[in-house]
Amino acid sequence: MSAPVLAERQPPPSAPAAPAPRSPRDRAAFRQALRRNLTAHGFLIGAVLCFSFFSWYPMVREFFLAFEKRENGATVWAGWSNFTYIFNDPAFWQAWRNTLLFTGLALLLGFAVPFVVALVLNEFRHGRGYLRLLVYLPVMLPPVASVLLFKYFYDPGYGLFNRVLGAVGLPEQQWLQSTDTAMLSVVIAATWMNMGGATLIYLAALQGVPGEQYEAAELDGAGILRKIWHVTIPQTRLVLSLMLLMQIIATTQVFVEPFLLTGGAGPEGATLTVVQLIYQYAFTFNNYGSAAALGLVLLVLLAAFSAAYVRLSRASEE
Amino acid sequence: MTTRTLISPAQLARPRGKFLYWTAFVLVVALFTLVFVGPLYWMVTSGLKSPQEFARTPPTLVPENAHPGNYADAWGVLDLARLLGNTLYYALGALAFQLVLDVAAAYSLSKLRPALGNIVLGAMLLTLMIPAAVLVVPQYLTVLDVPIVERNLVNSPWAIWLPSVTNAFNIFLLKRFFDSIPRELLDAAAIDGASPLRTLRSVVLPISRPVLGVVSIFAVVGVWKDFLWPMLTLPDPGKQTINVGIYSLAASVTENWLLAALAIASLPTLAIFLVFQRHIVSGLTAGSLKG
Repeated sequence: MSAPVLAERQPPPSAPAAPAPRSPRDRAAFRQALRRNLTAHGFLIGAVLCFSFFSWYPMVREFFLAFEKRENGATVWAGWSNFTYIFNDPAFWQAWRNTLLFTGLALLLGFAVPFVVALVLNEFRHGRGYLRLLVYLPVMLPPVASVLLFKYFYDPGYGLFNRVLGAVGLPEQQWLQSTDTAMLSVVIAATWMNMGGATLIYLAALQGVPGEQYEAAELDGAGILRKIWHVTIPQTRLVLSLMLLMQIIATTQVFVEPFLLTGGAGPEGATLTVVQLIYQYAFTFNNYGSAAALGLVLLVLLAAFSAAYVRLSRASEE
Repeated sequence: MTTRTLISPAQLARPRGKFLYWTAFVLVVALFTLVFVGPLYWMVTSGLKSPQEFARTPPTLVPENAHPGNYADAWGVLDLARLLGNTLYYALGALAFQLVLDVAAAYSLSKLRPALGNIVLGAMLLTLMIPAAVLVVPQYLTVLDVPIVERNLVNSPWAIWLPSVTNAFNIFLLKRFFDSIPRELLDAAAIDGASPLRTLRSVVLPISRPVLGVVSIFAVVGVWKDFLWPMLTLPDPGKQTINVGIYSLAASVTENWLLAALAIASLPTLAIFLVFQRHIVSGLTAGSLKG
């Protein structure tokens, strides 16, 4: 633990240290470099200590935890047993299925909706500030407020959604309480809560699309959809592909929304996600080893996915 | 904004185009207001209703008998003064720690450039690649028993403040802004005999106000919106944040009180947003567009 901290704190072996300073001039330069470095590290040390204790050390510890277990109050080496334990836990596979379902639904809604909204808002010459403010409003709510609101709306008995459905003659839904709709309900709530950020980023990207290209496309007789396909999307492609990656990484780690909406697992475990399962292993069963093992699996899969994604998107650019 | 967008101005200028534009505009404004303000309206008005009126089918659009007293009751029953005070204390502390330590670190990495500085920066940015969810368990175990100093930080504000400093994104934003400050400006200060600290205070910080604003807002809002970490590290009901406190009492109070409490809890961040909207938008897009 202390090793990285000490390494950062040591006065760095800067260039003048190599040949022993002989002339007074060399010595002065050496002293100046030393002082400059000491000052610079002095400014850095607070943040470096915080990172060491609360970021870098936990990163290292995560690896060790995954290969350790508690036996009679002592920590012993566990080999791969934490991993065989989680792979044999039916909840592991269910959690991954649910997480993939959530990510898929969240991409359909959470990725497409903000882009379409940004496209529409960008066409308006009026009230854009107001609309932008509206879309970002939920992002600024404490999550407990938005989630509990949706919990009321989803209530099958007196909830607002079923009343609206009933009023327009559509069949009422069980929302969070049915295995079929529970995850979709979580995704709808999560999209409402979080779409503001992506929408504003897309809006900013759309401002950068050169207008002449639309004019050129019109001369070729392109309609709105073809203009979107051939001008807007290629021009905003970098932002879109970056946001897609970030959104996949973020939605794979979904925790707060299902935790607050369904208490975690939901009906028959329908909203049990991978991070819910990490939470359960660690804080319900005090099984830190399995929690860390599952965390490592998540880390490796996300890292592999990100690497493949970046490579593929680079290849398709060329 | 007069930039050319998807639909050509010529098309919009035609009577049909004008008609379609305004129809779409009115529909979108109505729909967005309903979707994004509707739930908030429902929350505020439900907080004003009596339990009987709240349970009525169909629901009343405007409360027949407004009970503003619900808000006072919710304030007392859920002890919102304490929850809000706690959250404010954690948020301002986190803000202070981030402003001092992250600004100092970014300044050092950008302008003082110590040996091994790039390795430190790389190690900081590396933490952005690790999913936050993966680190929760080892971070929690660290807070239970911080190595070397051997302290248990559970139920202490330090459990919020110190980890909040490890915000690599803020350091990155700050460093990138500092990088854009011309070297000559700092050299001039140095020639006048200013120490690095003095240069930071009198030259760098005054020009960095925009980025400091963005970082500050994100620091405060981050603490205000966080749920899992304060739930784990501050279990004592007297020390909980607004999110965790309301969540843990949600099942034990009547619905109109709960909704009144949620409305009160939503006010601070909404106020921050309405006041600092411009900064928030620029901060959001700053991270993604350039570079």
